[in-house]
Amino acid sequence: MSTQAVAGTATRRPRPGGASTTKKKQWRAAYLFVIPFFLVFVTMLIVPLFYSGYLSFFATRLVGGTSFAGVENYVKTFTDPLFLAGLGRTALFLVIQVPIMLGLALFFALALDSGRVRGAKVLRLLFFVPYAIPGVVATLMWGYLYGQDFGPIDQVLGFLGLGQPNLLSDSNVLGSMMNIVTWEFVGYNMIIMYSALRSIPAELFEAAEIDGASQFRVAWSIKIPAIRPAILLTVIFSIIGSFQLFNEPSLLRNIAPNAINSSYTPNFYAYNLAFVNQDVNYAAAVAFILGIVIMIVSYVVQLTTQRRERLG
Amino acid sequence: MRKRAPRTALALGVGLLTTALLLTGCTPGTSTGGTTTTGTVSQADIDKAMKTPTTLTFWTWVPDIQNEVDLFEKAYPAIKVKVENVGQGAPHYTKIRTALKAGTGAPDVAQIEYQYISSFNVTKSLADLTPYGGAKLKSDYVPWVWNQVVQNGQVLAIPQDSGPMGNLYRTDILKKAGITTPPATWDEYATDAALVKQKTGSYISDVASSQAGQWLGLLWQAGAKPFGYDGKKGVTVDVNSAKAKQVVSYWEKLIKADLVSTDPDFTDAWYQGLAKGKYAGWLTAAWGPIFLQGTAKNTSGLWAAAPLPQWDASAPASGNWGGSSDAVLATSKNKIAAYEFAKWINNDKSSTSLFASKQFLWPTANNVLTDSAFTDTKSAFYGGQQVNKTFSDISNTVDTKFEWLPYMDFAYSSFTDTIGKQIASKGDLSAGLDAWQKALVDYGTQQGFTVNK
Repeated sequence: MSTQAVAGTATRRPRPGGASTTKKKQWRAAYLFVIPFFLVFVTMLIVPLFYSGYLSFFATRLVGGTSFAGVENYVKTFTDPLFLAGLGRTALFLVIQVPIMLGLALFFALALDSGRVRGAKVLRLLFFVPYAIPGVVATLMWGYLYGQDFGPIDQVLGFLGLGQPNLLSDSNVLGSMMNIVTWEFVGYNMIIMYSALRSIPAELFEAAEIDGASQFRVAWSIKIPAIRPAILLTVIFSIIGSFQLFNEPSLLRNIAPNAINSSYTPNFYAYNLAFVNQDVNYAAAVAFILGIVIMIVSYVVQLTTQRRERLG
Repeated sequence: MRKRAPRTALALGVGLLTTALLLTGCTPGTSTGGTTTTGTVSQADIDKAMKTPTTLTFWTWVPDIQNEVDLFEKAYPAIKVKVENVGQGAPHYTKIRTALKAGTGAPDVAQIEYQYISSFNVTKSLADLTPYGGAKLKSDYVPWVWNQVVQNGQVLAIPQDSGPMGNLYRTDILKKAGITTPPATWDEYATDAALVKQKTGSYISDVASSQAGQWLGLLWQAGAKPFGYDGKKGVTVDVNSAKAKQVVSYWEKLIKADLVSTDPDFTDAWYQGLAKGKYAGWLTAAWGPIFLQGTAKNTSGLWAAAPLPQWDASAPASGNWGGSSDAVLATSKNKIAAYEFAKWINNDKSSTSLFASKQFLWPTANNVLTDSAFTDTKSAFYGGQQVNKTFSDISNTVDTKFEWLPYMDFAYSSFTDTIGKQIASKGDLSAGLDAWQKALVDYGTQQGFTVNK
């Protein structure tokens, strides 16, 4: 504690001598702590990123080898119907699945926070469990549940005389995927919102309750506005996650190969371009554009909510 | 909802590749062209090489192949072979390509499926085995299989196994529909399909919408020549030829009438379908009979094997689905020993018989195919039928000239997205072929090939 005080004064009144060597030592220690992360960050993220950027300006052909292509790959991306269709699909996924998932997460968080649910601790854990299951395992599991003829969902529906819909058909598979992702991430988002709810000072809604406000009123007018930043965080995470969909299409393609094409989502498309079509250059361009699209959408969402906050 | 792993993986993969390239100081392309065709290798050279202590690396996914390798090591004690399984199919090829690009780490001998030989030949990654005596092996193998490993007079690999196609069917279900002999022609097959569906509710077979291998086998049987590659810059793409369209429009009728199913194969649902009699048959390759025994154990004794139904009953024909060869990579430093090894395990009777009897690989070497110990084996699963004999006869009817594109990875993936989609949705299969044709031509052109349509 005393060092903190010393450091505090040192910042205010920098002077040569003892205090500055302490400070130097601290700096050195700080950098030493940061270096391991920074090394990994640079070699595993920055360098590959620049290399992919570099690659995206070339074209490699099986016959003729590599040549400089300029922005050709980028121009191609914007007119590539497969890429645009994949992007559209993820956008659709975003506008339908994200509100449902976050709505559910918010509802569960509020219910647990209201203190009126028995066994709230156990429930909280149960909601969270799907997130602890690796995405790959979850998708394989759901793939089995969705199976026609042998999957439990279809068997139950068939037993009830409701027919046996093919949940992995061309028109249903996107919905089936939304269901998997929702199931997987409701708990995760709920925990973020729940922990934000716990940090609201209790006096606020105690006062409201004394004034006779109903639980819904308290939730709507006090709790939700109070955890707005947490909700915004989950929205941004969800947007990034939606555009980066990969596990689900990649694994479900094995059991529904014709419903899910090789360019189902932009991320899956980039993967197939690189490893099936062996077109690493074009894949790099697609990945970059996808990254830019994600940044733009996230930024727009953040900007609009901030403006609304200011207006409000 | 944070799923960043794949993107990072991609970046990582690209990054690792860079590092690999940087470390070895290599640019893609320099590690190729190691084939030196300086005349024939003399017997003295071979003897010397086989007595020099050498360690060979062999990448393959054939289970228990160590047994055959042990036999080889017993015959040539100086040579040690390190067997490595780096994945089956696509991951295996990806790793070979990466190692070739890196310039180090590639095996001496690698398993390569017939349809991928061209894609390694285009990068000149396979050693021409002619100088080592490869051409002399021609008469040891079935002619159509031999053609698969020869390109432009160069022997690029030694055949290991193959998959001539036949028809496996449930005798009990067909009998219920009043059918006692397997359909000899495709017309009969269509009639039978209607009977089977009507009387038993089963589909006469499943033609998987995602199984390009099976569909290409059926095109092969009909005499279509969808692909071609001259070993240099020229490829031929003709997947929507009149012959091919004739085949798919035949199936389109059956699919639209709901007489055959188009479920994806090798999935849980499909295994269930075979075991429970949803499908009364399977148009499959010679490796199918053994595979089926493991999959549909409970139906033992109810199956039988027959040749594929024919387009022209007077000239029986078949196609191939699957099978592999063993190739010597151009980067190998011990090409003589590598060749002798690839040859020995796929040519010496003790090894080829073991492949056929233990791993159940369908043989390509005449010394097994003509061996009565192999052909006369009776199978209880097939009601005591001599299934091997049936398929050996089929093997002789396979059309001998069938080529592949040097980019089959893309061709298969694009099959699923174009015609496969039409098959699954009971749509217009001919339009699907046209779409596939366009995708293959576009890709070929973009990759710098001269495409003949």
